Amino acid sequence: MSAPSSNTSSYQGQEFLLPASNFFIASSLLAALLLNWLPWQGIWLAMRPDFAALILLYWCTHKPYRVGIGIAWTVGILADVADASLFGQHALAYSVLAFGGVVLHRRVQMFDLRQQTLQVLPLFLLAQTVYAAVHWQINGHVVWEYFIGSVFSAALWIPLALLLQSLRRPRADSDLS
Amino acid sequence: MEHTRSFRFFNRGPSQAARLVFFLLLSILLLFIDARFKYLEFARSALFVPINALQRLATLPSVLWQGAGEYLVAQTQLVQDNAQLHQQSLEQSARLQQLQILQAEVAQLRNLLAVQQRAEYPMQLAEVIYLERDIFRRKILLDKGSAANVSLGQIVIDDTGVVGQVTRVYPWGSEVTLITDKDHAVPVQVLRNGLRAIAFGSGGAADITLRYTPISAEIEVGDVLVTSGIDGTYPPGLPVARVTQVERDPAYPFANITCTPLAGVDKNRQLLILAGLPKLPERPAPEPETKTQKAKKGTRKTP
Repeated sequence: MSAPSSNTSSYQGQEFLLPASNFFIASSLLAALLLNWLPWQGIWLAMRPDFAALILLYWCTHKPYRVGIGIAWTVGILADVADASLFGQHALAYSVLAFGGVVLHRRVQMFDLRQQTLQVLPLFLLAQTVYAAVHWQINGHVVWEYFIGSVFSAALWIPLALLLQSLRRPRADSDLS
Repeated sequence: MEHTRSFRFFNRGPSQAARLVFFLLLSILLLFIDARFKYLEFARSALFVPINALQRLATLPSVLWQGAGEYLVAQTQLVQDNAQLHQQSLEQSARLQQLQILQAEVAQLRNLLAVQQRAEYPMQLAEVIYLERDIFRRKILLDKGSAANVSLGQIVIDDTGVVGQVTRVYPWGSEVTLITDKDHAVPVQVLRNGLRAIAFGSGGAADITLRYTPISAEIEVGDVLVTSGIDGTYPPGLPVARVTQVERDPAYPFANITCTPLAGVDKNRQLLILAGLPKLPERPAPEPETKTQKAKKGTRKTP
């Protein structure tokens, strides 16, 4: 209570956060999809982090009973239609990602943000592997450039978590301070 | 963990692994149906309508930015452009007069020879609203769909040449596969000597290759390729590409020929969709053994 700033970084779970409303979760997912659908081109497209996967994983690790595999699958179907990729390609990858997030949510929350980045990177790589495997099954060649994006996704984990936490933090004018 | 599995206070529905298996199976089923059959096009176009609105919202900033840039063009630039366009139109109108005479002549000759007339194709202007997000597929989305009578297989051109072909139609939009797409083929002819070939996209941004052309073929750097119109999908005579590199290695049966598309395949914002191509008579039933490799023209089915 007296010196909260010293231990907030190591115990994310200890920090008091406002409950995330359904509206907040839905609008964050929508914003992520819109970011994905910006007209990225060329080298930027190869490096583009998958914002939808990022936000999904954040909610799967922080609210595993609210956002799970079902929602991830739905978001994946939306991404499939927008991308004109095969039905189920993104959905498959996002389902695997959400499963990893939900199963590992306690483990991820134990670490501080920098260590979390290393915990989520394998999950992004796994989801991207699923996506690339489907691509390989259908088109006959493996596309390694897809994996650059998941490294950038993991790199965005810290700024994203800080942003969402600052949005969920209670206002400073409350009497707790 | 063991005792929580046998006795749980809070019923949270099926376990995570069960959910994962369910959704994995569902996805794989959808993938299979979508890749093998075409049953899901209806669901896709139904979902496309709201998603298309969101996509337009996402591209709005860049559109506005471009609009602002156009608005702030300097006066001198406009005057220059105007003068240049004026001169161009003078030159072209002179050429057009000759062309009209020639057209009349050709029509008459064709009448005399009783050959099918070359029609003028109705076309409509469409705007690019969205680019494909996958860097290895060359596709764009246009803002005209089946509501504007766009149909599957129609050809998309710009002012300098062929850009691509409509491969999927939504109510208010259509997906165009560019000629640089890896799975796309255009039957072409060398303008100089009429040699027939097939131009495949290479998957790169600005490359087309002529596959299955023998090393003895008479093709030189700088040759212009136009559509041959043999497949009945592309109208004849549209410029496609210019040959930039010819490699003849005697170790291989085919020459390695690289071309650059003449149209601004990855540049323009406004494109033209050609409609109403004449229907060619059906191909007669083939003999028992078919030469499918050569006969496969137009787009192959992209999954």
